[in-house]
Amino acid sequence: MSDDDEETSTQPEELSHKQKLEIAKWFLINSPPGEIQYVAKDVKAVLKDENVYEAAAAEAFPLYNKSHMICLQLPDRSGDVMVTSFSEITEDEYLDPRTAQVAVVNHVKQSCTEVRPASDEELPSAYVEEYRCAVDAEISKYVGEAYPKGVCSVYSSKGKHVEEPGSNFELVVVILASRHSPQNFCNGSWRSIWNVVFEDELQIVELRGRMEVGAHYFEEGNVQLDAKHECKDSTAFQSPDDCAASVMNIIRHHETEYLNSLQKSYLNLPDTTFKDLRRKLPVTRTLFPWHNTMQFSLTRDISKELGIGK
Amino acid sequence: MEAAMGLMRRIPPKHSETALSALLSLLPHHSSDLLSQVDQPLQVLCDVDCGKEFILCEYNRDADSYRSPWSNKYHPPLEDGPHPSPELRKLEIEANEVFAVYREQYYEGGISSVYLWEDENEGFVACFLIKKDGSKTAHGKRGYLQEGAWDAIHVIEVGPEEEGKAHYCLTSTVMLSLTTNDESSGTFNLSGSIRRQMNMDLSVAEGHLCNMGKMIEEMEGKLRNSLDQVYFGKTKEMVCTLRPPAELVQMRLPDS
Repeated sequence: MSDDDEETSTQPEELSHKQKLEIAKWFLINSPPGEIQYVAKDVKAVLKDENVYEAAAAEAFPLYNKSHMICLQLPDRSGDVMVTSFSEITEDEYLDPRTAQVAVVNHVKQSCTEVRPASDEELPSAYVEEYRCAVDAEISKYVGEAYPKGVCSVYSSKGKHVEEPGSNFELVVVILASRHSPQNFCNGSWRSIWNVVFEDELQIVELRGRMEVGAHYFEEGNVQLDAKHECKDSTAFQSPDDCAASVMNIIRHHETEYLNSLQKSYLNLPDTTFKDLRRKLPVTRTLFPWHNTMQFSLTRDISKELGIGK
Repeated sequence: MEAAMGLMRRIPPKHSETALSALLSLLPHHSSDLLSQVDQPLQVLCDVDCGKEFILCEYNRDADSYRSPWSNKYHPPLEDGPHPSPELRKLEIEANEVFAVYREQYYEGGISSVYLWEDENEGFVACFLIKKDGSKTAHGKRGYLQEGAWDAIHVIEVGPEEEGKAHYCLTSTVMLSLTTNDESSGTFNLSGSIRRQMNMDLSVAEGHLCNMGKMIEEMEGKLRNSLDQVYFGKTKEMVCTLRPPAELVQMRLPDS
């Protein structure tokens, strides 16, 4: 943020167009999952400047959408497209490999305006596609079982035009589950990104996963969860179907483990982690004896006894 | 202004300082409203006379100086900064001492400060502040937290004494953040703030300090429970809604 140096106490200076734009962008990009439209409304009201808002939105929405991997329905209802950096062809065009189509997206409206078939250049080679497709089938099954409202996609990235064994190629598995309940003042999202590298020479498949979970509860307050985790694993390079099954099992294993550790973190909260901030009751297990304040030469004695320094 | 408060409720709590300074620069004419309504983590200064730290807030500030509750002097020094009356100052000293013991019992560390000042209605206002750093490098006794902060601000308006009773209006704000970090589970951060009010009419037989103290203790207990069970609980519920625990899933899976 560029406004750290501003003096706000004596004379309120008018901010430059660029400064206002950066601030608006910052608010938009940092919106919790599912809340950017609400934040946009508030930002517009606070800015009182349509031009700055529109410029900021044009820059901020694409970044937010890609980072949150939003999922949009294709106009002809033939499926969905996920807006991610992995599916990006140009800033406004995103590939859906499952249906081999490219969608044109309006970022600020968060909708899909048109769709066209993907060109050969945009799609992986038949060799890579065999693997991509098998992995996609397994992951879709997994996501359907594990995430009530999950969506997923498998993209080919490096080496997507590799025609035959002899070179490495890479797939990216993307999973998103989000829940928006603004009427209950609660929103959240789970994002997983798995880089799957098929190493030809070593004949292994290396996986690197990044999971990020966020939740926001804001009824008469504002509390947010922000949790992240990274992990690695590997398996043998086999036929597309066998690879797909192994990859799916690895992903499922790690994600299940991660959910368990999240639950454990929550379980530990009341009695251990929270206690480091504030106990429920003093060690004496009774409330504080305020009525004894009359005799507080005692304070000094108690302080000495409890060994309070400072 | 409503839009500004809306933004503060949505921005991740860890960014609240940046968000406030952004809003102050966009809405300079609303700065006093923003400063009094938006919760910010507490800052601390060291009293040069006695080497003890004290907490800064709007209630001990005049211009760019802050009054220490220990020495009653402004830092940096001010010629004619406001001070409480001698009588109120006596109560302020006692309040600081007692509150420090309370703080030690519940927080096992941290810093506290109390400020009193007369208001126009023949009563007075008291501000009790606590700042605790619970990270394992600071006062976190059990070493669970990579990062942990609890900031509490309690402002009590005490009405004039009538027929042996007084009216107390307490507004409390708690801001907290906790982060755990380890190999197997990555980073886990919960943070947020809540604000609540409590009004009571109490007999002054045991003194103002006793009444205020009991209200604060009750309020802090309620806020701690609320944060833990309701607020953190809701985020946990959300996680389990996004991805229900494995036991449920396995029941549906055929043997693979």
